[in-house]
Amino acid sequence: MTTEKLTYWQRNLRLIAKCLIIWFIVSFGFGLLLVEPLNTIRLGGYKLGFWFAQQGSIYVFIALVFYYAHAMNKLDEEFDVQE
Amino acid sequence: MDLKTLTYIVVFGSFALYFGIAWWARAGSTSEFYAAGGGVGPLANGMAIGADWMSAASFISMAGLIAFLGYGGSVFLMGWTGGYVLLAMCLAPYLRKHGKFTVPEFIGDRYYSKTARIVAVGCLIIASLTYVIGQMKGVGVAFSRFLEVDYGLGLGIGMCVVWVYAVLGGMKGITYTQIAQYVVLIFAYTVPAIFISLHLTGNPIPQLGLGSTMADGSGIYLLDKLDLVVTDLGFKEYTTDVLGSGVNMFAYTLSLMVGTAGLPHVIMRFFTVPSVKAARASAGYALVFIALLYTVAPAVGAMARLNLMSTIEPSPGQYLVYEERPQWFKDWEKTGLLEFEDKNGDGRIQYTSDKEVNEMVKIDRDIMVLANPAIANLPNWVIALVAAGGLAAALSTAAGLLLAISSSISHDLMKGVLTPNLSEKNELLSSRIIMTISILVAGYLGLHPPGFAAGTVALAFGLAAASIFPALMMGIFSKKVSGTAAISGMCAGIGITMLYVFQHKGIMFIPGTSFLGDLEPNWFFGISPNAFGAVGSIINFAVAFIVCKITGPAPAEIQQLVENFRTPKGAGAAHSH
Repeated sequence: MTTEKLTYWQRNLRLIAKCLIIWFIVSFGFGLLLVEPLNTIRLGGYKLGFWFAQQGSIYVFIALVFYYAHAMNKLDEEFDVQE
Repeated sequence: MDLKTLTYIVVFGSFALYFGIAWWARAGSTSEFYAAGGGVGPLANGMAIGADWMSAASFISMAGLIAFLGYGGSVFLMGWTGGYVLLAMCLAPYLRKHGKFTVPEFIGDRYYSKTARIVAVGCLIIASLTYVIGQMKGVGVAFSRFLEVDYGLGLGIGMCVVWVYAVLGGMKGITYTQIAQYVVLIFAYTVPAIFISLHLTGNPIPQLGLGSTMADGSGIYLLDKLDLVVTDLGFKEYTTDVLGSGVNMFAYTLSLMVGTAGLPHVIMRFFTVPSVKAARASAGYALVFIALLYTVAPAVGAMARLNLMSTIEPSPGQYLVYEERPQWFKDWEKTGLLEFEDKNGDGRIQYTSDKEVNEMVKIDRDIMVLANPAIANLPNWVIALVAAGGLAAALSTAAGLLLAISSSISHDLMKGVLTPNLSEKNELLSSRIIMTISILVAGYLGLHPPGFAAGTVALAFGLAAASIFPALMMGIFSKKVSGTAAISGMCAGIGITMLYVFQHKGIMFIPGTSFLGDLEPNWFFGISPNAFGAVGSIINFAVAFIVCKITGPAPAEIQQLVENFRTPKGAGAAHSH
């Protein structure tokens, strides 16, 4: 594998890792593991932990997928591997 | 106009629309039949994925589950959306770049093995078939309730509708009908939710209404009121009620996420877009379209529960007199999905968590969405719309699943392994014949559902999670994992998951043959059989890595192949060779 291709792949892996850490924190973290302490905080009528489990995590998922697509398109161009 | 006539007009109007689209988008080549010719834009594909993905389970069952599980229902919300993050980053772009028609074909190429391809076909058929039975049941139920036709006849009509557009149009026809079905189903889901949210909280946006105060002037938040009402009757607090245990919820969510990313009928949709870039974008659009329903569902669930409670117990301690029950109550009693038994003979409906005293002996969770418009006194056209929406959800998913099954048989088993000399014209013909047979089999199973059909949609995810997802992940992220390793992993993963399910639910789901019993104390770390796919997938990974260490890595040309699909450059339309 050329070093250039290797760097491209490693940059991609790092981006995926970054996104999946956030993915894990908002769903498994805020929605499940930390739900009790977060529930002491209120967001309008919602308990915050409950809100993450039933609303917030989904909004973050959407943002993550679009962010990844955007960042990868830029990375493709930087390494000249776009279609 | 009475409700029945109105429902007939709306439902058959939507069918006419699907037929029109099917005629316009009929498939003339295998490329069109399997991958819609590879020319579907990301926005259109996102919408089609939404309909493909959201089944009768999402449309009809999920809000009802949330209504009675409360916080515990979050596993479905996070599980069935979080999988798209995995799909968008870890699978879809690379599978699209590789550019083949089916998931087993990718597995066969990457693991340079016809055996791997056949094992993948087996896993695909097991997962898809369990899934399609649920859809067929959904079609039958929707017909029998709303159009008051016989369950079997309703099922037959549904089969004919799917047959027309799926067999005629293949992936191309399915894609464009799914777009129409998405519009029908999302409209049917959100309109009643908006009305109900407006009525209860004065806020027309259900996602905000759920976090708002009640419109009755009491100033109390809707969720607080719900917590209060349910705990008064001895049920667990709505916003904190855990499903089983924390570990079970964790495993269940993970299992649904991984299963979502491993479901072949969803992955296949990414083969229809023109480029890798479009594959990444369409995952995002798909999630937006799915989230439109998934963020409304918790509001529908909570509000339906509240409406139900306040119908039965209009003021604290004051229960409804049975003779004064509303019309929707009577309608659903007729279907047997709602049952009342006057245990203390006072003519009032006592509803509590205490099984000895509780007089609402049966409230089927599935009726919550379907009865919701009637409970909230919405006009008849809304009820008719919900019927068409439920049918759109079930039909669109059934079509996607049937295509996944028939293409894996005609393209992977026949063209790939058994009869490689099949001409394109004959392959197209045979995939249409196999599709027809699949519809008949699915219809038969829907008519005579094996005992396990009801609760098995979640099981299909466990099976996909334990078999296909790990094989795809390892194939992309490791250049070294070999064919032998992947085959052992898939067999171990799906094997152990099925074993765990069988030991708790009965061998082949025959009651009485379960050797450990369907009891919580015997569950592995308290993980329910439906949630076991997460463990199965870890076992799949572990077995594959160990076997790979022993038998050595994949050959150099395969490592080259992996490098190639990791970069987008040079992706043509999906092709067969």
